[in-house]
Amino acid sequence: MRPFDYRRAGDVDEAIALMGTSPTARYLGGGTNLVDHMRLGLETPDLLVDVSRLPLADIEDLPDGGLRIGAAVRNSDLAADRRVRERYPALSRALLAGASGQLRNLATTGGNLLQRTRCPYFQDVTTPCNKREPGSGCSAIEGHSRNHAILGASDACVAVHPSDMAVGLLALDAVVRVHGPGGERTITIDDLHRLPGEHPERDTVLEPGELITAVDLPPTPFARRSTYRKVRERASFAFALVSVAAAVDLHEGRIADVRIACGGIAHKPWRARRAEEMLVSEVPDEALFERAARAELDEARALRDNGFKIPLLRHTMVATLRDLTLETS
Amino acid sequence: MTDTLTAHSMGTPLVRQDAMAKVTGMAPYAYDHRQDDPAYLHPVQATIARGRVVQIDTTAADELDGVLLTLTRHNAPRLAESEDTEMHILQHDEVAFRGQLIGAVVARTPEIAREAAALVRVTYEEEATDARLSADREDLYRPEQVNGGFETDTDTGGVDAALASSAVQVDQTYTTPMEHNNPMEPHTTVALWQDEHLTLWDSIQGVHAAHTALAPLLRLEPEQLRVITPFVGGGFGSKGKPHSHEVLAAMAAMRLPGRAVKLALTRQQMFTLVGYRTPTINHVRLGADRDGRLQAISHEVVEQTARLYEFAEQTAVPSRTVYAAPHRRTSHRLATLDVPVPFWMRAPGECPGMHALEVAMDELAIACDLDPVELRVRNDTATDPETGLPFTHRDLVGCLREGADRFGWADRDPRPRQRREGDWLVGTGVAASTYPAMSMPGNTARIRYGLGRYTVEIGAVDIGTGTWTALAQIAADALECPVGHIDLRIGDSDLPQATVEGGSSGIASWGGAVVAAARAFRAEHGRLPAEWAQTEAELPESDVTQRFAPHSFGAQFAQVRVNARTGEVRVPRMLGVFSVGRIVNPRTAHSQLTGGMVMGLSMALHEHSVMDERWGHVVNHDLAGYHIASHADVCDVDAIWLDEVDEHLNPMGTRGIGEIGIVGAAAAIANATFHATGVRVRGLPLTPEHFLDH
Repeated sequence: MRPFDYRRAGDVDEAIALMGTSPTARYLGGGTNLVDHMRLGLETPDLLVDVSRLPLADIEDLPDGGLRIGAAVRNSDLAADRRVRERYPALSRALLAGASGQLRNLATTGGNLLQRTRCPYFQDVTTPCNKREPGSGCSAIEGHSRNHAILGASDACVAVHPSDMAVGLLALDAVVRVHGPGGERTITIDDLHRLPGEHPERDTVLEPGELITAVDLPPTPFARRSTYRKVRERASFAFALVSVAAAVDLHEGRIADVRIACGGIAHKPWRARRAEEMLVSEVPDEALFERAARAELDEARALRDNGFKIPLLRHTMVATLRDLTLETS
Repeated sequence: MTDTLTAHSMGTPLVRQDAMAKVTGMAPYAYDHRQDDPAYLHPVQATIARGRVVQIDTTAADELDGVLLTLTRHNAPRLAESEDTEMHILQHDEVAFRGQLIGAVVARTPEIAREAAALVRVTYEEEATDARLSADREDLYRPEQVNGGFETDTDTGGVDAALASSAVQVDQTYTTPMEHNNPMEPHTTVALWQDEHLTLWDSIQGVHAAHTALAPLLRLEPEQLRVITPFVGGGFGSKGKPHSHEVLAAMAAMRLPGRAVKLALTRQQMFTLVGYRTPTINHVRLGADRDGRLQAISHEVVEQTARLYEFAEQTAVPSRTVYAAPHRRTSHRLATLDVPVPFWMRAPGECPGMHALEVAMDELAIACDLDPVELRVRNDTATDPETGLPFTHRDLVGCLREGADRFGWADRDPRPRQRREGDWLVGTGVAASTYPAMSMPGNTARIRYGLGRYTVEIGAVDIGTGTWTALAQIAADALECPVGHIDLRIGDSDLPQATVEGGSSGIASWGGAVVAAARAFRAEHGRLPAEWAQTEAELPESDVTQRFAPHSFGAQFAQVRVNARTGEVRVPRMLGVFSVGRIVNPRTAHSQLTGGMVMGLSMALHEHSVMDERWGHVVNHDLAGYHIASHADVCDVDAIWLDEVDEHLNPMGTRGIGEIGIVGAAAAIANATFHATGVRVRGLPLTPEHFLDH
């Protein structure tokens, strides 16, 4: 581990200013991913700007009925919040499906969004990886690829985004608030993370120095009927093989509106818009869900080891939609 | 018959003597011993699997502030020749596996050492990597013997003819993957060279095993080395001998006299440096008559060893002993690969071998339309088929019957895929367990009396199993005094010679020596010894294996749920029933047996070291990637034992319980998944893709 400076920012402006003093500076939230990377030699920052104690640790009601989640809110606090559990159960369940109790106590909302892939080649500095070292090649494409992407991958990178929380937020149409040297802006959660294309080294659209300060949840009343299903071989403390977050608005026996997001299958949390379109205004039915899931997976491509994810995601999507609609309608 | 002890303290659930120290963090593990101004070592590891080191440049590392020493083959102490080539580090330029130790940096802090190690520049002459295990390789070879000193091959009767003429046959291949021991406490060593004397505080399963291996290798006289190990946070065999990292720490310390050098392997380093269970490919053929009586058992194994050093797992050996069959064949063939050196992992041989045999037995039960418990009962044997000797005590049938009764086996519908709860398919399975009972020669204990108390000294080690407690109970019964009058001293090579905690032999070997010493003490000093009376005695040699086949047996039952949609496998219930001789301490024994079963559950569902054959390294080399059962995976797991005392083996009446809990556990779960789903999976782990409807 290389020696580094540590500064605790007093406010958002100071944090951004400190970041501007060094090109290799990094924001430090809970540190549950970054500190590992420093030990492994993936990250060698000369300055850590600690933003975990900025006054961003509150969950506030918004005038429109939504919620504003401060970037420093811990995953465990967010999962336990009564408003989140009642109004956005998919988010609470996604959080509780992630990591372990100890990690959730440390991990922050902003940091969770910016955690990096657990592709084993990315995490091993002795193997080529385009995300870690652009142009060095991808070791996973012809290597151990069981956990890798089936949608949206490129010849440069087949890694998947690891966050459960982000999948829940995507199904809830969350909006990310960002402060940077150029001022404040908002980014939809769907636009925050990128597909790899030719630049897998960039996970998100954030510019250098930009800091996530909050995540806003819009007041989606039907999100009360939402859930998160994570499939993994180990019953706890494992990343998703696949996951599905979904919210359904049932009206007079038909699907008035629906949101579906998938995890563990792409470089970003995957919004299943094609499936959503096929479901709207239809009568819920397993055969319909099956058709929608197949349509969403039409362009899925398997690597050597991950072909099982295609039927697995299909079955999981169908079961999740069934649980949300048929048993309660 | 041995002169069996009368049990007073033995058989009582005495609380762990070290429990308070452990839960309050006061028990000093190897790395915890306080040192003045210690230095920290970080290894430099090869990043190729085969070839040689052309140049190793430590300039940048040497220049880093805080670096005290860089060690390479150019300045390392010369080691003595040794048969164990794994230990011969920094003596030559050859690289035989990726991750092999080729240097070290010692610095003021672990962070500086790690950073400096990353600055060491190594250039290689690389050769093509060969890390692919398969049964169709043309260069498979027959080792001279397999681990434990067993014969490589056996062939009795006429297996091929018997198979051909059998009314019912099973002919399948079963595989287990590469698996790694992951004790909670990593392998750690603290080395201090002072006044021409080396002290090692080491996380090891045998202080004398370490002493015997390391002193000559380091060109030390025996009295120049002391190994101290009061507590170990799990070993499972991986700490059953010193590995190359102990040599590295010792060499560094010898270059820094007076300064303790501390080394704690990272989890990633443990995937290359401290052994693993070889992947196994088992071709099993069973032939039986229509009522399920075995005529022939053939168990042919292909597995891997390392180019640097041979380790041949005895995978087919249990198939020589478990069931009566007049015609039997077993064999072991090895592929020599550019991979780290395999070594012991809990129940080497029995654990993977019994998975193969016991899943095959389940297939045979179905082929014979016979209940799998009944099939095993019908193939019970009073004598060891291989040696013809009677067992000291064998009650596999009792384990099966008792387990079936308690588990609720009687009403079982044998048809697969018949029980469904929502999305979950439910099934049950059974498998037999076995493990040999061993007692090792070379154990001595010393008893001293003073101030009304007995000090009992032997170089045994407690690796978390309960030795501190159980050995004190044995000493109390042998001296016929309350256990509270015993002061046990273990975990130090300055204490009388003791063998390694391995092969489930610890209590039998050390306990036997303690009883011998206690009896000698009483013979010499009587019931009322003078102050500071002292006696030392050695475990007497035994000819029991000339007259008996000492083996333990067990039966494991599992209930599983398999999600029909997603293929996820969960295990709500496991029961193990064991015939293992006397239980010295029911509290620690229950923990050890259920611990073995949980490790078997973990093997069944999760454990798999994924080898990248291009580079010869384990890709998922951390606990996020290498899955071990979490608490949420472990539900109702219980172990019971038959009430028995083995009167032939040792004065305690024990047979050893360290390994048998893992044996058969994965097979019981695999068989239950077939019962739940109708899908027969012959390889491990039982991951969702196997049960998925594509």
